[in-house]
Amino acid sequence: MTSPDIAIIGGGNAALCAAITAAEAGARVLILETAPKPYRGGNSRHTRNFRCMHHGPLGPLVDSYTEEEYLADLMKVTGGKTDEGLARLAIRTSEECLPWMEEHGVRFQPSLSGTLSLARTNAFFLGGGKSLVNAYYLTAGKLGVQVEYEAAVTHLELDDDRVTRIDYTQNGQTHTITPKAVVVASGGFQADTDWLARAWGPAAKNFLIRGTPYNRGVVLADLLDQGIEQVGDPTQCHAVAIDGRAPKFDGGIVTRLDCVPFSIVVNKDAQRFYDEGEDVWPKRYAIWGRLVAAQPDQVGYVIIDAKSLELFMPSVFPPIKADTLEELADQMGLPADALVQTVTEFNKSCGDTSGFHPTELDGVTTTGLTPPKTNWARPITEPPFYGYSLRTGVTFTYLGLKVDETAQCAIGNRPVTNLWAAGETMAGSILGQGYLAGFGMTIGTVFGRIAGKEAAAHANAN
Amino acid sequence: MQMQTDLLQEARRQAEICNACRYCEGYCSVFPALHAERAFSDGDLTQLANLCHNCRGCYYACQYTAPHEFDLNLPQALANVRQDSWEELAFPRAAGKAFQKNGVLIAVATVIGFALLFWAARALASGGGVGFYAVLSHNAMVAIFLPAFLFPLVSIAVSLRRYWRHIGAGPFRPAHLIEALRQAANMKNLKGGHGDGCNFEDEDRFTHARRAVHQAVMYGFLLCFAATSTATVMHYIFDMPAPYGLFSLPKLLGLSGGILLVVGCFEMIRLKLRSDRKLGAAGAFGGEVAFIGLLGFTGFSGLALYALGQTSVMPVLLAIHLGAVLTFFLFTPFTKMAHGFYRLTALTADAGRSR
Repeated sequence: MTSPDIAIIGGGNAALCAAITAAEAGARVLILETAPKPYRGGNSRHTRNFRCMHHGPLGPLVDSYTEEEYLADLMKVTGGKTDEGLARLAIRTSEECLPWMEEHGVRFQPSLSGTLSLARTNAFFLGGGKSLVNAYYLTAGKLGVQVEYEAAVTHLELDDDRVTRIDYTQNGQTHTITPKAVVVASGGFQADTDWLARAWGPAAKNFLIRGTPYNRGVVLADLLDQGIEQVGDPTQCHAVAIDGRAPKFDGGIVTRLDCVPFSIVVNKDAQRFYDEGEDVWPKRYAIWGRLVAAQPDQVGYVIIDAKSLELFMPSVFPPIKADTLEELADQMGLPADALVQTVTEFNKSCGDTSGFHPTELDGVTTTGLTPPKTNWARPITEPPFYGYSLRTGVTFTYLGLKVDETAQCAIGNRPVTNLWAAGETMAGSILGQGYLAGFGMTIGTVFGRIAGKEAAAHANAN
Repeated sequence: MQMQTDLLQEARRQAEICNACRYCEGYCSVFPALHAERAFSDGDLTQLANLCHNCRGCYYACQYTAPHEFDLNLPQALANVRQDSWEELAFPRAAGKAFQKNGVLIAVATVIGFALLFWAARALASGGGVGFYAVLSHNAMVAIFLPAFLFPLVSIAVSLRRYWRHIGAGPFRPAHLIEALRQAANMKNLKGGHGDGCNFEDEDRFTHARRAVHQAVMYGFLLCFAATSTATVMHYIFDMPAPYGLFSLPKLLGLSGGILLVVGCFEMIRLKLRSDRKLGAAGAFGGEVAFIGLLGFTGFSGLALYALGQTSVMPVLLAIHLGAVLTFFLFTPFTKMAHGFYRLTALTADAGRSR
């Protein structure tokens, strides 16, 4: 194959935004996607919205969402561990991205049922992230972008401050190309559970991976080993509590469970370990990933009764159901006596439940219980009883490539002259911890476009 | 009625996964109706299946299609239930079972239709009429076609009543039917929610091809039907029997409708041949194509009859055309033609649900 002007490693949102932008600037672009075609798109195929600053109504978004409010939301979830300069760049640029996305085939819709709280801040993709990915592949194809699937990049050869060569394998054959510029947009390393276990400890072997099995961090490791600047806590990942029966990989959105606030959650010894009613679920599902990870065998069990069954979004797998708590404990592999005792104690500490309100902090709390349940605390008394298991589901990792405001990578104190990064693989440059819904797609779109533009300028000049 | 439980169970399994995801909410009428339920009865699934226009937007947008272990293919799952419901609800049921999926039988029936008309032309003769009535008298035509027209109407009425009960729809309101007609008139459910059309002939690319072709077939058919209706009114009420000139209402309607119908059916078959059959009902492809062929041939033979009506082949063409019309009408409840009635009923029930 003749080498392209620009090679883009990865096939998700950031890669596609870079490819389209570079191709529109006149460059010959090759996408190397490690997944087979049905699984193309990395974690973008599981996404559903784009968080977007806007002054006045924009596309599907209502009212306004200012830079300051957006930044404040981000600072809150990251506890201030944010690169403010890059964050402001992403936020500010997001407004022009939305019309750009529409021009390149993405279609939006009013926010989905169950997510009305995001109607002002997040633009939802009609059909979800895979439809966005499909639209971008069609657009890229029309622009002459070449796509190779099942093309696994194994090595980038560095000569001082320049990438001179890319090696990849496809159908058991090794290929080498020598593009003028390279964009890395191949995500984090969360699908490599050995790496996760090295970083987090052996408990990580019990984690489920919510997204693509193809984000194994091969290119990330290759570059970091060669001294490319890194960013982000290498031991940390973003994790949430999901249905324990979810597949090991790629379970995506459907494995979420929204019933924790109406439940008690116990560990495998049938003991409670945290306030289930601390806050509304969208603000708490992320900490529950860590809470469950800290329990024996990294598993939790949600217990609810009949009166709570219809208060939350339907689950992908039906709950385990029993007429008595003892039976439920048996079916879930919990010690029955201990579960009955935990529920009895909990029920005794519930007080007046007349103020119960499922969608707001209702202050219906337990008294004299440790840990307490500070909202939605209703006794679990009405059969049949229902249970779900909970496991830790990893969304993404924070370790990544450090980039500047032009999305360019660095080695020592100097930029690598022909290497840019976009998307999850550099998101650690902005997000130190935590996560804000729809911000991953913002980072991917903004920095994908920047990387594509810079790479094309470099390729066109050389 | 006894719908196939394995088809229903597979649709239920898939609907439950969809209900936990909801990404496809904006595509069509199926998803808002699906998301309104927590559990899916056989009636709910039958209604969802008949709301589905097989636009395939949800399939290509789905994160959970094969090789993913969830193996979602909602267009196919609903198409299977839909096909099964048409067979089971048909009156008489055996006719639905026999013909819905069987293209060969539809073709055989068409030939029998031709033969019947040839026999009628020979046996009953004209009794001194002019034009077409020289081949077969007006009264003979009425004697053949009135029952052939009324029987399907009765059959479909029985089926729709069964359908309405099966899905547990509320009371019928004309306003809901008007809403359903409005959606059918512009084929809203093949527009894809964003207005870019549907996925069909070219994987995940959205186009208006199928919608445009469906409109050509539907409006072509309606124009042809209007032509016959106008002629009937002119014959009985205004005492203006056929033949009619080119600038008469029956001819103008019939000619434009016939052209639309022929072009539409031809293009529909071409699109179908390019589409992925795994996203449709298993085993129904032959029956569908045979039906579209019959419908297109009915239009084509009508046009041929118009073009060659003054020549010596007219009697043969007339028998062939009327034979096709006869088969088409008689088989309306037992072929893909039934889908229009079920869709309209499903849309009416859905308008009632969402009010």
